[in-house]
Amino acid sequence: MQKKRWYDYLWIWSSVYLILGFFNILFAWLGLICFILPLMISIVWGNKAYCNHYCGRGQLFELLGGRLGLSRNRKPPKFLSSPWFRYGFLTFFMTMFGLMLYNTWLVVSGAPLREVVTLLWVFKLPWNWTNTAAVAPGVAQFAFGFYSVMVTSTILGLITMVLFRPRSWCTYCPMGTMTQGICHLKHGKDD
Amino acid sequence: MAAKKIAIIGKQCVACGRCVRECPLGALSIYKGLRARVEAQRCVGCGKCEKVCPAAIIEIKERQVIPNAEKALV
Repeated sequence: MQKKRWYDYLWIWSSVYLILGFFNILFAWLGLICFILPLMISIVWGNKAYCNHYCGRGQLFELLGGRLGLSRNRKPPKFLSSPWFRYGFLTFFMTMFGLMLYNTWLVVSGAPLREVVTLLWVFKLPWNWTNTAAVAPGVAQFAFGFYSVMVTSTILGLITMVLFRPRSWCTYCPMGTMTQGICHLKHGKDD
Repeated sequence: MAAKKIAIIGKQCVACGRCVRECPLGALSIYKGLRARVEAQRCVGCGKCEKVCPAAIIEIKERQVIPNAEKALV
């Protein structure tokens, strides 16, 4: 059994993030750390240290699926970790992310703020209990969009956690695909 | 006595590092963020990594089917 280190508890951060966003959508901005940090690490150091050590979401799935036994622990289908599916999902994910940024830009340009959290890119959940008057509408709109992205990916991760192995999300996580792609570009195809 | 089995990492490794944490002998590492690799001298083929791999791309195989398994990093 390996000795526990500080970063083994980052699942707490992931859980707190989801809870905070529920009470005040503006906390969604903190999720940018989970986007920028893995990219920085892979670009600067050329490795996947974020996935390997610091991914709180992966740890959370491991805890729920592994220690709490919420996963069926079945082998996932091979297509889930195939390059075409991983890069296909990354493309889809980034397209939806781009649309979210476009919606934010529309609000910045004067369109009305939409206080909605969209789950799985389809289901719109009214989210009007948060007071966003203190910030510019564009800042609030980005928070709604980004929180939607974070909750949607958590839901997908939870579904594959239950169906397959606890960290099945890691096989098609867009950040993991991106950082591995960056490592490929940095170090060449493989040794 | 040399171990008879060894873990083999498949091509679709996503380099998540789950296997590295599970290995009781420290025989696995993530190579440059590209893939997991096995240090043949340390691996005893216990299969713990195979059970936790989220992509299910690790296989435990007999050593004799791998050429130069004692020398090479598989």
